[in-house]
Amino acid sequence: MKLTIQVNEGPYQHQSADSAYFFTKAALEKGHKIYRVFFYHDGVNNGTRLTTPPQDDRNIVNRWSELAKEHDLDMVVCVAAAQRRGIVDDGEAQRNGKDATNIADGFRISGLGQLVEGAIQSDRLVVFGD
Amino acid sequence: MSEIKKFMYVNRKAPYGTIYAWEALEVILIGAAFEQDVSLAFMDDGVYQLTKGQDTTGIGMKNFSPTYSALGDYEITKIYVDKESLEERGLSLDDLQHLVWEDEDEDWAEKDSIRLVSRTELADVLAEQDVLFNF
Repeated sequence: MKLTIQVNEGPYQHQSADSAYFFTKAALEKGHKIYRVFFYHDGVNNGTRLTTPPQDDRNIVNRWSELAKEHDLDMVVCVAAAQRRGIVDDGEAQRNGKDATNIADGFRISGLGQLVEGAIQSDRLVVFGD
Repeated sequence: MSEIKKFMYVNRKAPYGTIYAWEALEVILIGAAFEQDVSLAFMDDGVYQLTKGQDTTGIGMKNFSPTYSALGDYEITKIYVDKESLEERGLSLDDLQHLVWEDEDEDWAEKDSIRLVSRTELADVLAEQDVLFNF
């Protein structure tokens, strides 16, 4: 089955950020296709490489980056949600005159249309959030 | 993308307090460009999103409630409101904005967008959908 995953909650604050990761990983292991993982609301905070969790805790951001590298995942951070919350890539830094970037490996910033298109193209949209 | 899917946006949260309602509306407006068969559902505290006379001056946030009246122009004409959710909160249809759309097949006759439904009826509508966006 072809799936698009929507992640609506931030890392460490809310278990749905973890659940989305475990679900995506399990779906891939079962042979399903992940068309896209879309990060929305506070979910965009899963995509900052500046996260530094304690050493004995899981690294949620790196975990996504590694999964993306292994399976060539398309992980999209919503641009409007990202701008509000300070998730920045090179293009956004340039456009908005910011002096830094923080997007993690494997993530890209794009529009909400990517979520809607993902829902159209996939057999299922699976939403993780409150 | 020739296939048309039945899209439903389910709105379950109060308009302020969290950003879910506003960011849901942003998805709805962008999604309208994709020409799918769209409907909206408002249930639980989500029914507060459609109330008229919202005033946000005391909380320093933008009052985005006028945006709902533009939904008709985006060809979003099916807005389901859970009757029990209204009643549980002491609200009725009169407390909600009067949302309309213009039917071009009937000489642009103005029609009501809001469909007041029971929880059971709403469950049936939900079951018919291809895609559920849940906010």
